[in-house]
Amino acid sequence: MTDTTAAPSSPSAPPRPSGLAALVRHGRYVIAENKVTGFAFGLFIAIVLAALIGPYVVPYDPLASDTAAALKGPSLAHWFGTDQLGRDVFSRVIVATRLDFFIAIASVALVFLMGGLAGVAAGFFGGWTDRIVGRIADTIMAFPLFVLAMGIVAALGNTVENIVIATAIVNFPLYARVARAEANVRRDAGFVLAARLSGNSEARIVLAHILPNIMPIMIVQMSLTMGYAILNAAGLSFIGLGVRPPTAEWGIMVAEGAAFMVSGEWWIAFFPGAALMIAVFCFNLLGDGLRDIVDPQRRT
Amino acid sequence: MLGMLTKRLMLALPSLVGVVIVTFLLTRALPGDPAAYFAGPAATTEAVEQIRVKLGLDKPLIVQFGRYVSDLARGDLGQSLTTGQPVAQELRTRLPASAELTLLGLIVSMMIAVPLGIMAATRPGSLIDHACRVVTTAGVSLPVFFTGLILVYVFYYLLGWAPAPLGRLDVFANPPPTVTGFYLIDSLVAGDGEVFWASLKQLFLPALTLGIFSLAPIARMTRASMLAVLASDFVRTARASGLSPYTVVVTYAFRNAMIPVVTTLGMVFSFLLGANVLVEKVFAWPGIGSFAVEALIASDFAPLQGFVLTMAILYVALNLVIDILYGLIDPRVRLDA
Repeated sequence: MTDTTAAPSSPSAPPRPSGLAALVRHGRYVIAENKVTGFAFGLFIAIVLAALIGPYVVPYDPLASDTAAALKGPSLAHWFGTDQLGRDVFSRVIVATRLDFFIAIASVALVFLMGGLAGVAAGFFGGWTDRIVGRIADTIMAFPLFVLAMGIVAALGNTVENIVIATAIVNFPLYARVARAEANVRRDAGFVLAARLSGNSEARIVLAHILPNIMPIMIVQMSLTMGYAILNAAGLSFIGLGVRPPTAEWGIMVAEGAAFMVSGEWWIAFFPGAALMIAVFCFNLLGDGLRDIVDPQRRT
Repeated sequence: MLGMLTKRLMLALPSLVGVVIVTFLLTRALPGDPAAYFAGPAATTEAVEQIRVKLGLDKPLIVQFGRYVSDLARGDLGQSLTTGQPVAQELRTRLPASAELTLLGLIVSMMIAVPLGIMAATRPGSLIDHACRVVTTAGVSLPVFFTGLILVYVFYYLLGWAPAPLGRLDVFANPPPTVTGFYLIDSLVAGDGEVFWASLKQLFLPALTLGIFSLAPIARMTRASMLAVLASDFVRTARASGLSPYTVVVTYAFRNAMIPVVTTLGMVFSFLLGANVLVEKVFAWPGIGSFAVEALIASDFAPLQGFVLTMAILYVALNLVIDILYGLIDPRVRLDA
């Protein structure tokens, strides 16, 4: 937990060490108090491990088909059974972690850059910047988000990169609003006035003084939307967008197994679906836990 | 009341303009040449050129936009490449199927989530409160297509209670004569109990899937706002005046607590309309969502554009209805307008 809470503040200008230490202490306290967050953190480590080393340790090649062993239920040889081409479902579920995790991380990082910067600029400068950012956010919010994501991927082209972009765009309003509100309260804060008096440019004030200050809130926002990002991406690939077969990805694996659900071969769709559910569950719990650390007042 | 309506309509206008601009830009952002795209992969160079002139793609962007808007005003959403049918007509015939499913899904989730949230709030720390917390956390983590497949497996394959997940009616039944397009209502109008029962059976699993999906935000909001209202002064006064707990909770607290819940409905609808696409795919539901998915697979862009636009307009309209509902529940909002 120490690493995760410390990471946000370290890349920016040196923060107050006492504040950081206090945050870590508070984090440790929350973990000890809240077993659920600790559990979620353990799950998170497992997911990261699966994404990092999964492809090297799985027992079978995720793409190798073996028609003789097709559609076999879970057994000792194939823990999660085999699919219609005889591919090992367990290996495919583990290998898919990397792609799904990558899509979530990449889209969250992208929307942080777009929405976070736009929101900070809107909150800090106000006026036209604020109006334009607000109008863009409102327009995006006028669409049902998944439907807009479908339209974007279909228009930009059917690739994984465009899934990342679409997921980032539909999350833009959330980030822009949080960043705007946080920057807006700090706009005339003492440290901003001091920075301005010492001759910092406005751009520097925004990037080096405001942004590091709202980082904790933004990190919470990121971990809260990670789950939604994965769900959104898996949903898109479930309807046939982005990831193409035979790539191992949770959404497309559920789609491939869907037809077998009605004939009783439940394991093909169940295990990737369960992996997806556990990952989303873990991110949501972790997001709630992080929010408790950073912003205890919003605890529900 | 009329003044409030016009004011709300005016507020929805910029959203509509934005929606139209975005759907227009989406087609123009298509990779490569939109004319070649609309002409299909087998088209010759002359055919592509013809399409370009026909679609007005040789004109400046602003003229193209003008054409797009005037086409829209006439209800023309272009033609589907695969079926050759006008997109608008196809959407119109399929919309009732999606609407019936989505509304029933919302009703199911309200019927579970609101009582659950109220019970959790009136007994904080109790078993039901914990159950509510588990449901709300688990509910947002469930991929909606996964829930649907699990329900199919359990209720169709294992238990055999539900019919096969293949559309609105099984192949042997005839759809009721169209009045509203909602099979449940139409079959009642026609007095055909058998068809009503058959379509209810088909609807049950997909509606339950959508219900489970949208349960979490509604239950969470109901609980939170009930807790806040129950702690307020007027509830304390009502209790102190000796009113029965039922009157206090249902008459005094509930109406006030519903205000934030109605506001969350806007967000819930955003999720529901998106989830609808996935659920329609799982249950082979002949709605506008599966229409869009079929078009996607065939790289047929006009239906998809029509679908995105329809969904967005529906969503803007729903938000308008929610705003009006809000005014009905809370008279203070009406006074402000």
